[in-house]
Amino acid sequence: MRFLFKTDYEDDIRLFPHSGYVVSYGLLLAILLIAPYVLSSYLMSQLVFVCIYATVGVALLILTGFTGQASLGHAAFLAIGAYTAAYLQKYNVPFPVYFLAAGVLTGCIGALVGFPALRLQGIYLVIATISFAFIVEEILARWESVTNGNEGLRVKALSLLGVTVSRDSPTFYFLCLAVLVLTIVGTLNLLRSPTGRAFVAIRDSETAARSMGVNVALYKVKSFAISAAITGFAGVLFAHKLSFISPEMFTLQLSIEFIIVILIGGTFSLHGAVLGAIFIVMIDPFLTYLKDDMPGIIAGIAAALGAGTATAGNIQSKVAAFASLNGLKGAIYGVIIMLFVLFEPLGLYGRWLKIKLFFQLFPLYKRATFKRQKIYVKSERNR
Amino acid sequence: MSYFRAENLSLHFGGLKAVDAVSFAVERGEILSIIGPNGAGKSSIFNLVSRIYRPTSGRILFEDQDITEQPPYDIARLGIARTFQNIELFENATVLSNLLVGRHRHCTTQLWQELLFLPSVRANEKLHRRRVEQVIEFLDLEPYRDKLISGLPYGVRKVIELARALCSEPKLILLDEPSSGLNVEETDDMSFWIRDMKSELGVTVLMVEHDMSLVNRVSDRVIALNYGRVLAMGSPSEVQQHPDVIAAYLGA
Repeated sequence: MRFLFKTDYEDDIRLFPHSGYVVSYGLLLAILLIAPYVLSSYLMSQLVFVCIYATVGVALLILTGFTGQASLGHAAFLAIGAYTAAYLQKYNVPFPVYFLAAGVLTGCIGALVGFPALRLQGIYLVIATISFAFIVEEILARWESVTNGNEGLRVKALSLLGVTVSRDSPTFYFLCLAVLVLTIVGTLNLLRSPTGRAFVAIRDSETAARSMGVNVALYKVKSFAISAAITGFAGVLFAHKLSFISPEMFTLQLSIEFIIVILIGGTFSLHGAVLGAIFIVMIDPFLTYLKDDMPGIIAGIAAALGAGTATAGNIQSKVAAFASLNGLKGAIYGVIIMLFVLFEPLGLYGRWLKIKLFFQLFPLYKRATFKRQKIYVKSERNR
Repeated sequence: MSYFRAENLSLHFGGLKAVDAVSFAVERGEILSIIGPNGAGKSSIFNLVSRIYRPTSGRILFEDQDITEQPPYDIARLGIARTFQNIELFENATVLSNLLVGRHRHCTTQLWQELLFLPSVRANEKLHRRRVEQVIEFLDLEPYRDKLISGLPYGVRKVIELARALCSEPKLILLDEPSSGLNVEETDDMSFWIRDMKSELGVTVLMVEHDMSLVNRVSDRVIALNYGRVLAMGSPSEVQQHPDVIAAYLGA
């Protein structure tokens, strides 16, 4: 185990506390850079989605994880980014311009959503953001001159510096990766400066934040704007990756998926956004696999246990019918969220930290290390 | 003119007069304690000063400036810091980042500079850390610097709250029951720190306190309240011998 002796204020500020971090993140970056030349096109496509989801995850972490303002409206921000890109593309606006425009526009709308949200707390804020998402969804379906309604919009392949970048090319993947890395670095910078600390202060005690001179309203709006802007950038990439967008892609389900990203990844660190994104992107093919193969496997087991062919066939068709039930995916997501909240509130990243500590301290690891002590009940009077 | 002045300050909740036409003044560099039985309106006065409540009537003046209508976050910017009776720390952050939030009123960097972490931001951060480190040294908080608040005992949290208030380099500090929940030794430490704050850092202290031994040791003047009204004002011994005060505490 390594002990860090701080001898300089720089030790608290720098992004990589010691050389071990540089090595491991350098290695990770190297793997990510050679990935497109090694992985299959299907996995590459999934990796692009991981980048996009992780970017949204980081955005949501800024708002929900660090500022403590829950949002179930991030699908709407993603949609605004995506539609801005698709609309401006029709008028031959170059990519860098509409990429920035989408971010700025979404950021402004995020700030507008932030204002009414100032007076809301907890569950009421969630309801407000859901209604915002529904309003946006409805506008997308009705404002046909711009959004082409439920028919959806086709998004051409993006062209960067005169070169057409196909959505399956390594270049597009590198673009998504660059956006993700820049987002993470920017967010880390924010978190180690006064604004980030003000966000955390608002999350933990608005009263104390206010009495320390933090303009709570201003910082909440800032948090909404930053989070929305990043989601808007991700929306542009999302539109290009799908090459076709329509209102039913940006439903409540997508917002819930983003919440799952940070809940399952872990809400206290940016690592959580990436781990959660990997989880949510990879669980879909896994569920499809289960749906296709599970009935056969169960029937096989039943047959091996001595059930007759007819019974096994009967079981197979029943399991298949169950697996193709409507809304099963939503139910599975719900169960996953519940299990994580109950048994692993720190998420996948928390689990990773525990495993790491287990090996660092072996054989002295104590489970109580990660147990939060409740010494007294916090007063809610002055919220 | 007085340094800090409350004029006819009132706070009514419907028919209940929590604070009823209270006037007092704090001179620069003094330690003024407010005492009184439970529900006398002591904490309400603090919450009026830090604008958590809006006064029903009356004025608050600080350095000859009317701050009655200032927004709450501006109170800290003027140089008035406070602690809370029930500890309002940022639970899931480290001690260091709690204290750095105390520096917020001195933060001047813009959002875009922070996103890029420009050299100016870095220089400012180092300056803040140097100041925070001085407070950490002043209050002997070195062992807890990188600990999360949620894992710390009550007594330490109490000191951290004081530290956070001091990090803002306040001119006036409001201490809401600094010794509540502390044992005898910790209360002793607290009384030394309060006196040092006055003599070494030149901070003016307005304090609500129940522990009379602490009040006697540190205060220059004492105000006794009951039912939102001022009963007596003067030196600690004068106030304690005042018949109205004895009646309020012991019953007539």
